[in-house]
Amino acid sequence: MEVQFHMTLPDKNGHFGEFGGKFVPETLMAMLEDLEKVFTSLRSDAKFKREFRYYLTEYAGRPTSLYLAERLSAHLKTLKVYLKREDLLHTGAHKINNTLGQVLVARKMGKTRIIAETGAGQHGVATATAAALMGLECVVYMGAEDIQRQALNVDRMRLLGAQVVPVTSGSQTLKDAMNEAIRDWVTNVRHTFYIIGSVAGPHPYPVMVRDFQAVIGREARRQFRTKERRLPDYLLACVGGGSNAMGLFHAFIGDKNVKMIGVEAAGRGLQTHQHAAPLAKGDIGVLHGSKSRVLETKDGQIEVAHSIAAGLDYPGVGPEHAYYKKTGRVEYVSVTDKAAMAGLKLLSESEGIIPALETAHAIAYLQKLARRVRRTSTVIVCLSGRGDKDMGMIKKFL
Amino acid sequence: MNRIDQKFKELRKKRQKAFIAFVTAGDPALRITEELVLSFERNGVDIVELGVPFSDPLADGATIQASSQRALQNAVNIPRILNTVKRIRQQSQIPIALMTYYNPVYHYGEQKFVQDAKRSGVDGIIIPDLPPEEAEGIIRHSKRNDMATIFFLAPTSTRQRVRRIVKQSTGFIYYVALTGVTGARKGFDRSNAAKIRSFREFTTKPICVGFGVSTPVQVKAAAKVADGVIVGSAIVDRINRNAGKRDCVTNVSGFVRTLARALKVRE
Repeated sequence: MEVQFHMTLPDKNGHFGEFGGKFVPETLMAMLEDLEKVFTSLRSDAKFKREFRYYLTEYAGRPTSLYLAERLSAHLKTLKVYLKREDLLHTGAHKINNTLGQVLVARKMGKTRIIAETGAGQHGVATATAAALMGLECVVYMGAEDIQRQALNVDRMRLLGAQVVPVTSGSQTLKDAMNEAIRDWVTNVRHTFYIIGSVAGPHPYPVMVRDFQAVIGREARRQFRTKERRLPDYLLACVGGGSNAMGLFHAFIGDKNVKMIGVEAAGRGLQTHQHAAPLAKGDIGVLHGSKSRVLETKDGQIEVAHSIAAGLDYPGVGPEHAYYKKTGRVEYVSVTDKAAMAGLKLLSESEGIIPALETAHAIAYLQKLARRVRRTSTVIVCLSGRGDKDMGMIKKFL
Repeated sequence: MNRIDQKFKELRKKRQKAFIAFVTAGDPALRITEELVLSFERNGVDIVELGVPFSDPLADGATIQASSQRALQNAVNIPRILNTVKRIRQQSQIPIALMTYYNPVYHYGEQKFVQDAKRSGVDGIIIPDLPPEEAEGIIRHSKRNDMATIFFLAPTSTRQRVRRIVKQSTGFIYYVALTGVTGARKGFDRSNAAKIRSFREFTTKPICVGFGVSTPVQVKAAAKVADGVIVGSAIVDRINRNAGKRDCVTNVSGFVRTLARALKVRE
């Protein structure tokens, strides 16, 4: 069965084809092997699954609705758009699915301290939330520039009892926050668990995060079939590291007729070097523990990304996305800052839903997709987060 | 015979330990790096670890991060560094290992990197974010080119990993003396002695200790239990503090000499 075939990825070394793997200092290797063992056994552990489901349902608010956006669909004419409402989850984004899963794994491993990196602050807030829920110490690394951009989320994390550490090295954004989190991890690996926020990082993180986010697609697939008695023509999601996209796509990977589109941030334009689109413009490279596609200079130095959406402002992408780009299973496109802002307005005005700037990239692409399709088509968009956090940025831009 | 192997053979005969000095290539300038290496050889350094800077050095602490940034601002890259090694080779046979991260090497091309490095006079490669599991290509090309592949052991390495790593490592084995990143620390963890002894059960290859070793006292303590000692951040810091000064090379060499002496003096 097609689904079974794809379920075998990654291989036992954590490779998706040529991508993935474990590119970390030796100090972390034994711990990763240990994590892999624990996670593999928990994946099929009924008690763990029950516990995870309990928190997703009772605490985070799953299942989220699959909402038919009628006015938006009418505006687009050729698309019937369903929104998978991850923005309705506790803390306001899909990130909580993953942090609840990982914090349970951390507890199983007897770790007492949680660390995380964050860009937009959504993953930081979701991690601080999960840590507070379990009574664990929490430290979040955040680029000094992002702390400025996302001040509201910084206050939320602090209120949740987390220590927010400003990262002043390099570009002072998500990439550098992740470097600093890894340095903390190397130092405190014996009692610290690193909750990575995307389908990135060394094996087994990309598969673990995917599995925790896969609930998005499983629900959406079931909900869509109930409503439409068939499968959707398209799936659409924004891609930074790529966890909400992978979460939506995974349950449909074996459904050959479901076309999938990932939307990267084109920033000020793909021709400007000020973008965050390693799938469109990057090379194969190694960053933060796995081989994937990265933005880099001709000497193999990592380039600074740019996006109006802090959560997409990252020069790498999860290895499984690099793999699906190579195999052609998923199509990757990109949307500029300006177009994303227009997408944000469109959804706000047509449906009364203010999406996160990250999510607005997926919304923006709907207009292009509407022109592309030959007949009226159905599409599920992962509405990965809500936009309250971005009001400061939005005001500046409008 | 590879210069690193040759060096350890000589030192063993003399019952001496290796003093290994790290410098970031191109900080403050490649011309200074060249002078430093040549001067180090005259001041008791046995092996030089030459840092090829990377934008995201996640195994490094603040000192080497900043140093890498300065070097990158000087537009240093692999071809220019290899050219510096070539120039050093016109005057010196000191063993040189390149220490870098995997992405620049991968981008340059593994085979081309090993071949070009060998041709320029490099003797070994150290890549902290490349465990043996992912190093099949580097190991294969290095074997063909008599290039040492120096892998790491850490306090957290399991016995199973130790067995595998000592087999894949050539030239020497790099033992990380602490769980953490590079940079000066206080003291030298006593538990390292037992750790290193436990590795001897699996290998006769030289085991050198680095990370957090910055003073003559620490060098001495580390040399008691290992076959060599690596000092990085402390030297990089000295270089930075003397950058732009006329007597930069002399001052740094003086510091390096006190470290090397601490290791050579027998009690």
